[in-house]
Amino acid sequence: MFDFSIVTEWINNLLLTLMPQWAATLVECVLVALAIITLYAVFAIILIYMERKICAFFQCRLGPNRVGKWGSIQVLADVLKMMTKEIIDMKNVDRLLHKMAPFLVIVASMLTFSCLPWNKGAGIIDFNVGVFFFLAAGSIGVVGILLAGWSSNNKYALIGAMRSGAQIISYEVSIGLVMLTMIVLTGTMSFSEICQQQADYGWNIFRGHIPALLAFIVYLIAGNAECNRGPFDMPEAESELTAGYHVEYSGMHFGFYYLAEYLNLFICAGIASTIFLGGWAPLHIVGLDAFNQVMDYIPGAVWMIGKTFFVVFLLMWIRWTFPRLRIDQLLTLEWKYLMPLSLVLLVLMAVCVSTGLTL
Amino acid sequence: MNTESIVFIVLAFFVALFSVLSVTTKRIIRAATYLLFVLFGTAGLYFLLGYTFLGAVQIMVYAGGIVVLYIFAIMLTGKTDKSKQYTLSLGKRAAALLAALIGAGLLMFVIISHQFVSKALDANITNEAALPISVIGSTLLNAGEGGNLLPFEAVSVLLLACIIGGLIIARKR
Repeated sequence: MFDFSIVTEWINNLLLTLMPQWAATLVECVLVALAIITLYAVFAIILIYMERKICAFFQCRLGPNRVGKWGSIQVLADVLKMMTKEIIDMKNVDRLLHKMAPFLVIVASMLTFSCLPWNKGAGIIDFNVGVFFFLAAGSIGVVGILLAGWSSNNKYALIGAMRSGAQIISYEVSIGLVMLTMIVLTGTMSFSEICQQQADYGWNIFRGHIPALLAFIVYLIAGNAECNRGPFDMPEAESELTAGYHVEYSGMHFGFYYLAEYLNLFICAGIASTIFLGGWAPLHIVGLDAFNQVMDYIPGAVWMIGKTFFVVFLLMWIRWTFPRLRIDQLLTLEWKYLMPLSLVLLVLMAVCVSTGLTL
Repeated sequence: MNTESIVFIVLAFFVALFSVLSVTTKRIIRAATYLLFVLFGTAGLYFLLGYTFLGAVQIMVYAGGIVVLYIFAIMLTGKTDKSKQYTLSLGKRAAALLAALIGAGLLMFVIISHQFVSKALDANITNEAALPISVIGSTLLNAGEGGNLLPFEAVSVLLLACIIGGLIIARKR
């Protein structure tokens, strides 16, 4: 596999010859931030287009088809429209908190986005407790949502925010337990080491067989709920709450929520592909050496993004197939079925690992 | 001045600013939000020290904690009403000031008498590589030398008591 750290080290050495240590670090931080923001925007545009097309095909429609070939630059036009819209100032709201809330959501989303390992040696935030940091950074988002609902001074927004808070806090339990299950298998919490292991010994979903497969399914359900997406999109159920917590937002402030929602979908899928499907690790089949050789020529980033979009497609498939749950059904599903199941999976995985039943 | 001290100064200023804001603001949700920023600043200090585990715990625990604080604030307080605003009497203000000064004096005394700053400068502490998670885990659940099993279990009992208490308060009669 190509090791991307060769490139980053070359840039680092080049900068060190031109300027002192602190300036080099600063320049690198700015470059990485620019890369993250660019990727963030590009993926958001791709995902929104993909969602609209997939939704249309599931509903036997055509979807956007006027702007550009197959409507391919429709989303770009929407982005331009969104950016030129007025941000409306309202009376009787807590202005400061109202304006701050979207930024909290987007910061949390970007922090978790930069946890993803793109290639060998191309993880941005990567240290010994990477998985734990990912969960921690993800929990900042709910603060922004709750703040948005409260500061809007609107009862629909407040109800939406309260639902969202209850939902995200509940489903975080399952996500944490499922991730713990996979950490029991890998024995490390660093994303780069998790990927390296999978490149060496095979993908986690094959190594952990039954518990890993069940954990993957639980993760997909809980992840969908964590992103506030259907069938769990109670916080913004438009038929009863107009638009939930972001009903009072306009222009780019609304755009931030929209962006964060799609990128959270991408991040959720990216983490699924990292801890279950191998991240940047290519597909290897034991015994087929020529096949493995060919797979090794495909760059790691292509594997990572390809797997992520596969999981994104699965999540969209779920969204446009199942009807929306009621709020009590949603909490029952988590606390009475998913959480006990993930506890059982954790014990099962521990038993499998300690008796050497993993592949 | 190296990079670390610049980052430290920025973080310290951030923490100090939001600490003051969180006690001077009159709106409870804003106070909770500023408190959240204070705690994030503290997490930043842990990351600066290379103590990533504690930093991640700090963010995770307090982001959730502040959410709960919001919910309490929304449910237990009504609209801010100027006529009902609680004002402190002069005697209480003087007592609060005195208590704050005594607390600050005590802290300063401890810090100066133990010479943390000069010791840190002497030792010239460099960031060690972050502890592997297996070391943290085995220390946390170790009953032997330097293990933390007893406090760990005590915290679990405390949390269990909280859950049972919550259930008893919330159950239908």
